[in-house]
Order: sequence, then C-alpha cells, then structure tokens
Amino acid sequence: MHPAASVIFFTVFSGAGFGLLILMGFATGSNATPSTAFLVVHFGLAFAMAVAGLVSSTFHLGHPERAWRALTQWRSSWLSREGVLAILTLAVAGLYALLWVFFDKPIGLLGWISAVLALVTVYATGMIYAQIKAVQLWNRTLTPICYLLFSLAGGGLLFLMLHALFFGSAGSFLSSVAMVLLVIAWAVKIFWWISGDRIVPLSTTESATGLGKIGKTRLFEQPHTGSNYLMNEMGHQIARKHATKLRWISVGLGAVLPIILILIALPAPADALWLVLAVISHMAGMLTERWLFFAEAKHAVMTFYT
Amino acid sequence: MTTLPETTDRKLGLVIDLDICVGCHACVVSCKEWNTGGYGAPLSDQQPYGDEPVGTFLNRVHTFEVKPESGPARVVHFPKSCLHCEDAPCVTVCPTGASFKRSDDGIVLVNESSCIGCGLCAWACPYGAREMDGAEKVMKKCTLCVDRIYNENIPEEDRVPSCVRTCPAKARHFGDLNDPGSDVSIMVADRGGFDLMPEQGTKPVNKYLPPRPKQEDLDEPVNLASLAEPKATGFLGWLDDALTRIG
Repeated sequence: MHPAASVIFFTVFSGAGFGLLILMGFATGSNATPSTAFLVVHFGLAFAMAVAGLVSSTFHLGHPERAWRALTQWRSSWLSREGVLAILTLAVAGLYALLWVFFDKPIGLLGWISAVLALVTVYATGMIYAQIKAVQLWNRTLTPICYLLFSLAGGGLLFLMLHALFFGSAGSFLSSVAMVLLVIAWAVKIFWWISGDRIVPLSTTESATGLGKIGKTRLFEQPHTGSNYLMNEMGHQIARKHATKLRWISVGLGAVLPIILILIALPAPADALWLVLAVISHMAGMLTERWLFFAEAKHAVMTFYT
Repeated sequence: MTTLPETTDRKLGLVIDLDICVGCHACVVSCKEWNTGGYGAPLSDQQPYGDEPVGTFLNRVHTFEVKPESGPARVVHFPKSCLHCEDAPCVTVCPTGASFKRSDDGIVLVNESSCIGCGLCAWACPYGAREMDGAEKVMKKCTLCVDRIYNENIPEEDRVPSCVRTCPAKARHFGDLNDPGSDVSIMVADRGGFDLMPEQGTKPVNKYLPPRPKQEDLDEPVNLASLAEPKATGFLGWLDDALTRIG
C-alpha cells in the first residue's frame, strides 16, 4: 500500500497526542498539585499533536472542503466513527482542561471520560485499517491493539518528558511506567510483524480469475502499458527489500534508544534534555514503523497484476 | 446511506464469457467514451501523450496465461469491472454516505458531490473496481451505465451497458441475475458461471463463464511448415520415392 505522508503523520502524532490526553485524564488522582503553567503546557502539547494530526489527515483528501461530511456515517463506517470520536474527545478534554486551568476545578469524572474517549478514538483509528479484508496484514485483531499500545507508550514518554522539564526530575515511578509501556507496545508490534510474515495469502491469481480449475495462472499482458491509480495506490513495493533493516531501525529508535535515554536521565541532574531526545527518537522510530505498516501491506487486487 | 440493503428486488449485473472474449479492448474504449460524457465527472487522463500516461478507466482487460498439468498453456482475456457485490465492502467503509447500493436494482453507485476523495473504498475493494479520478479527485466506478439502461430517449437495443452493446464477439451479457428465468441466469446455470475471489465474502453479482475445455486430439501442436512443403505426385512422385529409397 502507498505510504501517504499525511496519513503517517496523522496516525503517529494524533496517537501520541491522544495518549498524553489519556494520562492527563487520570492526572487528577495524583498527589502533586500542578501549576497553571504545567497544565497549560501538558494540555497544550496534547491538543497540538492531536489536532495537527487530524488536520494533516485532511491533506490527503481529494476534497478537504467536504471533510465535514465524514462525520455523518458513524453507524457503519470506522473512518466516520474516528472523526466523530476525535471531536468528542477534544471537546470533553477541552472542557476538563478549561475548568482545571482557569477555574482551578479539576473534575476527575470528566478526566476519566476524556481518557476513555481518547482510547476509543485510537481504537477506531486502528480499525480503519483492520477492517479491510483485502489487506490481510492489517485485517487482524492485533492491529488496533498495536495502535492503542503505541498511543499509550508515546503518551507515557511525553508525560515523562514534560514532568522532568517542570520538576527537574522525572522520578523512578514515572520512568518505570514509561519504560514498561514502551516494552509492551514494541513486543506486541514485533509479534505482529512475525505473525504477519507467516500469513498465507487468502486470494491468489488462481482464485481471483477463477482460472485455477484449469491450471497455474499468471499475468500474460497488463491491461495497459503504463501505470494506473490502483498500481500506484495498492502496488507500492519500494520498501519491501529493505523491510528487515527498517524494522530494526524502527525498534532501535522507537524503543531501545528511548529506554537507554530514560535510564541515563534517571540519576542525571539535567535529565529533561535526555528525555527530549528520547521523545524525538521515539517519534522517528514511530514514523518508520508507520511507514512500514503501509509499505509492507499487500492488497488482494495485486493478484490481478502478477 | 452507507449501510447495505438487506436484499435487492433485482440484481442487475454482467455475465462475461471468458471462452469468447478475444481481448480486443473495445469494451474498454466504449466504456470510457460513454462514461466520460455521462453520469458524473469525466474520466480524465493525465499526460495522455507524455512519457507516463495514466487515466481513469471503469473497465480494463487483463490477459492471463493458464498452464494446465498437461498440454499446452492457453491465453485467457479477462475483462474486469465493478461486480456490484451484494456484500460490498466499499459501501460500508464510506464515511460520507457517498457510496451506496440501490435497493431496487442492486447497482453500486457513488454520489460524487458528497465524495471527499479519501480513497478508503478503493482500498476496501479486493477487485480494484474503483479508481480515483486524477482531475476531479472523486471516486469513479462502473455505474452499469445507469444512464443508458433506463434511458427512454435512446433506441431500445441501446438500453444496455455500453460495454455489452459494443462487444463484437458477444462475450458480455447484461441482465437480472435474481430472476432464474433470465437469459443471464440460464447462461450461468448451463455453463457453470463462477464468482471472482469467493473467499473475500463479497458475494459478487457479476458472474464469469469459464473457458470451454480444449479438444483432446489437439494436444500435440501441428507442424504447419511441413504442410506447406511441395509434394510431388504421379511419375515425379514415384521418382522422388525411388531416389529417396536408393539413398
């Protein structure tokens, strides 16, 4: 599948932004009394990332001016549900943040609702891809779970970084939480990759053409000498030969390096800088992972072209 | 709008005979000609005379080689367009309601003025039946020539999809596949018409008729060159034989 930059940016940044909102939703329960600046920066970063991602997702639309129409079919379409849920989450989280920042009234219930909504939003993002039966690599229960776990891991790391920026130290508890979230997310992702490599294709050129009853079938002539929309959109192959290397790079940048940086930051006095680097490294790893998510996926239609 | 109808009164669709198709691409051309001026946005081309021409087509003809266990391989021309599936995944993924399946005749259509051009329906279709137009940025697909089949301003024999009307080999047929007495249903029953990718669970309405088996005694390829060699008869023939025998 063609890896569109706008969609990669959308899923990675919105995912992390919503992840941070999930953690902020539970933050009223903590003992620390955060300053106004702390809240403004935390909520500000979460909203900025989530909204930037959502805006970016409209860039790949043929008609962005009609994007509002995508909010109408939530009863049947995961893409529509994702849009509705994202707006609902931002509204509830916005109210929660507003009351806390300006009126000093942190309403725990509102935070919890916004956290649950953010979780369901990220799940819906994953389901946009997981629902597509024609792309077997995506069409698995584990796909939305990966999206959820990466959202939490990204949110956890952002939360840790901001905490260190404000309080000078991240603390061992939050550092451990961030590391555990990273390890779980990437472990599941590695399992997703390994199990994905073992998929037996559901459709073949023989089943696609129905000619398998006669014998082994292969494409003799393409319908045209040039390319077409389907081949450009569904037939992306550039990345596949480097897939293994890119997987290592994404795990290295997304998990290993951030964990090393968290461990370095733990005893260091000026640890926030290390954690800023950890966030940058993680996001680079996530962009690689998300690029592979599209580039490695094979679509059933290509059986008509091989 | 994007939920599928439980059932449709009729199931209008195509039956394509793979035994007869000669791969002339006339259906591709006539489809583009009719539909670029018919329902919805035109079917544009990008760089039609440039180095890398691409364009929107609702119907394309692939050609496959099939190699049986024994005997020579055979070439099968394979026209492919929207199959107007009963369980169309392209319809339910649509976030705007632009994609829909009609409950009266089962035709799957796109309301282009509601289409945001997200491309998700093209991803959902395992057959590659939908193409985003490069100029209009809306999703295009076979309409089963909805602007011909009910059109009382054109002669009655023209009230079939353009591809069916134009096929010089009569490899394409149009009709109601829900009516067991229709010509297309009888054809499917007689010839063992089949679904493409039944494993995808889309329940396509369009059916394909398989190529008929090859004649068994034609297994060995005939050496045509030997038939063209001049063969002497009469006295010269006897002389030819005699001299050959002497060696």
